[in-house]
Amino acid sequence: MNTIRILKPGACTTVQDLGRPGFGPMGISPSGAADPVSLRIGNRLVGNPENAAALEMTLSGGHFLFSGTTAIAVTGADFSATLRGTRIPSYTSIAVDPGKVLEFGWTANVARCYLCVQGGIDVPEFLGSRSTHLLSGNGGYQGRELRKGDVLNVGPPPSNSRPRQLSGQGHANLVPRKVFRVTEGPQWSMFSESARRSFFGQTYRVSEVADRTGIRLDGQPLELSAGSDMLTEGVALGAIQIPRDGKPIILFVEQQTTGGYPKIANVIAADLFRVGQLRTGDEIHFESVSLETARSLLLRLEAYLSSPELIRE
Amino acid sequence: MNVELLPNIRFQPASDQSLLVHFGQEISLETHREIVSFLKLLDANPLRGIVNLHPAYCSVLVRFDALHFTHAEIEQQLAPYLGRLHEFGEPKPRLREISVCYGGDHGADLAEVASLHAISVEEVIRIHCSAEYFVYFLGFVPGFAYLGGLPRELETPRLPSPRKKVPAGSVAIGGNQTGVYPISTPGGWRLIGQTPIKLFRPESEEKSFLAIGDRVRFLPISAQKFDELAAA
Repeated sequence: MNTIRILKPGACTTVQDLGRPGFGPMGISPSGAADPVSLRIGNRLVGNPENAAALEMTLSGGHFLFSGTTAIAVTGADFSATLRGTRIPSYTSIAVDPGKVLEFGWTANVARCYLCVQGGIDVPEFLGSRSTHLLSGNGGYQGRELRKGDVLNVGPPPSNSRPRQLSGQGHANLVPRKVFRVTEGPQWSMFSESARRSFFGQTYRVSEVADRTGIRLDGQPLELSAGSDMLTEGVALGAIQIPRDGKPIILFVEQQTTGGYPKIANVIAADLFRVGQLRTGDEIHFESVSLETARSLLLRLEAYLSSPELIRE
Repeated sequence: MNVELLPNIRFQPASDQSLLVHFGQEISLETHREIVSFLKLLDANPLRGIVNLHPAYCSVLVRFDALHFTHAEIEQQLAPYLGRLHEFGEPKPRLREISVCYGGDHGADLAEVASLHAISVEEVIRIHCSAEYFVYFLGFVPGFAYLGGLPRELETPRLPSPRKKVPAGSVAIGGNQTGVYPISTPGGWRLIGQTPIKLFRPESEEKSFLAIGDRVRFLPISAQKFDELAAA
């Protein structure tokens, strides 16, 4: 069996697949890749099923020693990956020989980089998924971030493993954007006209508190109407809740499943993967769209991800 | 097509891939039973387009497959379930006891909660332990139980901004709710004590010490007893 030895882990490296939806009644959020688009493309590049487990690296990457012959693909952020000292391109399948070391550095652009390996990372499933739920210490590799000395097993390689790369057109869809499109949140009507104007009118800055559970934004505090202590209810992925200090929090993949702060808006499904690429200090703003527009943008994203032209052999 | 619903039930979009089913406006056992029935019905006859469910006091958030279904289509599919909510009898509740060390390092906000209500710390503990609580649902984080039954005199607003880290086992009050944090998480409730009992148990069948519908009592213990139980 092929293995990967962690020589250096990077700032926060975890095993992630597409998550474990369906356990909301137990308070367990789905987890999964923060940027599922990069994960899905990476898996396609090495011939894996789209939900195969891979390594998600955050802000800085690790050094990895491969025991056997395999193929890898690096997607998402540019962490200046090198294989035995030579730079390798992202979004391209790369053959790796036994004893080779793959090294990643600091990000040159966005937050998260994915290392997909042919056959996927083989860790035990927890509630049907290999993704790490860091908050509760379950799933993935021992429920935690990878450390120096960890050894990961790699699953059996898929039969079809020709070299592949992302088409030029494919790249164009992945350019980071400052604008996040949102639909109205369930408590939209609890916010005054001026609070709504302030929400859409200002530029927010991603604060230091930004992880897989949620992203706090810095900006002009929003005014909350009196009596905004509401009854706790289920919260959706990408919900933008406004706690009493008036500064928004985007709930993310390891989100709380229920909460009691009012939600002014919700990031649309087609823009959620971009939330996974936000870094502290990034400036963003929000744009309102209808549910119909949100749906057509999701269909467009899915058509892009499943199109045969996305990947070139 | 319009679907006939019980007068108390209302749909609301929550995001482009989820909707809230509201069963009422006030916490009540009647509403709770409707929600439990709704979950049971969906469990017995799952709907293809439904990806996840987040029950709460008076609502259930339904996450659906937005690639293949619209809000209106999901509402239409849910309507027959919502018409059958009274098919189940009343379940037998189980009593769960939770030992709590109140105040000090175990409950950083106990003194402030007492002073906000102009009563003594001992009085807060006495009142908190005098009531029997009820598990309305699990949510927030794995194994967190939302408990009903907090005596009125202990209702306390949430913190202005959530703490970045609440210690595992913390017993807390937020508004008219009380509960126990099973794992260390961010949290906006006021911490009054801590239990050494492990609430989230992923290795067990149930995954959680508390289940929807349980009755719960808190028992005060000393810091020394806490350490003994935590070490056991």
